[in-house]
Amino acid sequence: MRKDILTYPDLRLKEESLEIEHFDDSLLKIIQNLEDTMGESPGAVGIAAPQIGYHIRAVIVDVSGRKKIKHHGHLVMINPEITKWEGLKVGREGCLSVPDFTGNVVRAEKIKLNAFNQFGELLSFEMEGYEARAVQHEIDHLDGLLFLDRLVSRKNDLFKRKNYQ
Amino acid sequence: MPNWYMLTLVGIDKPGIVANITQTLFDANCNLGEASMNRLGGNFTIMVMVSSECDKQAMEEKLKSRCEELSLRFHIDEIEGKLHNHHIPDVSITVSCSDHAGLVAQVTNTLYDAGLDILDLNSDVAGTTSKPIYIFQIDGQAKNGIDALKKAIDPFKDQGIDISLSEIETLVG
Repeated sequence: MRKDILTYPDLRLKEESLEIEHFDDSLLKIIQNLEDTMGESPGAVGIAAPQIGYHIRAVIVDVSGRKKIKHHGHLVMINPEITKWEGLKVGREGCLSVPDFTGNVVRAEKIKLNAFNQFGELLSFEMEGYEARAVQHEIDHLDGLLFLDRLVSRKNDLFKRKNYQ
Repeated sequence: MPNWYMLTLVGIDKPGIVANITQTLFDANCNLGEASMNRLGGNFTIMVMVSSECDKQAMEEKLKSRCEELSLRFHIDEIEGKLHNHHIPDVSITVSCSDHAGLVAQVTNTLYDAGLDILDLNSDVAGTTSKPIYIFQIDGQAKNGIDALKKAIDPFKDQGIDISLSEIETLVG
């Protein structure tokens, strides 16, 4: 079922979410609500449970609709934990919970992470670029952080863009 | 319904101008919208959207004495206050080269012809007095696609103008 998305400055977006201990039907129901809500949010490549009011460590990321990037398809991630960060890059982000605003944020370019899927199977991933950014954005939600907390200058990048002619 | 105005202020920069002017506007029951302040060549400049129940003449009266105190010139335009309608850029372009007249016109006309809609532009004259360099950054929307822009800027490479273009893929999560 599609749920309303909490929007800034709702204080519930600042709360830390709890680890999930039971992989049961109630979890699957919340995942389905996340799926339905993300599905009805055009352009969204991820969503985190606290954005629809559940303070549990569950996110969905799916950047497969973007052209020419490496990705792992549609991912449901429970208790995700980043174990390695490498490189830094500025990129532009927006958020379902912060309508009509985008800004520059620095994220790790490559990450390694572990996460369970919705059935309790532990998976490991190595990610880079856009997908790695999306995962970091969503995990921030689980820690009560928004991209607004990480904005860098709109005028000047901290790091030169790599894509030079 | 309050009226929307675009207030433009220009003067020699010194600390405290923003605090002073915004307090004056608040005391005059004005509400601020979006604003952009820049220091350009040592000058303080700001354009700020202001909403107020007052008409333009009353707005000018409210600002006159404070701007005189701060040695600022001001200008007020009646505008439509269209908020909550940001356009998201999909391309970022940085241009740098030795400073020469006509550079911005040359580059922006080329980009415009290739479909660029500029949403944001900032430029700086850096380097030294004897060897000035010009650097400008543009964020915009590539109406005809990124490849059209890449193709259009290619000839600049042979003219000593460095242009880098990168796609902005805004992530929404």
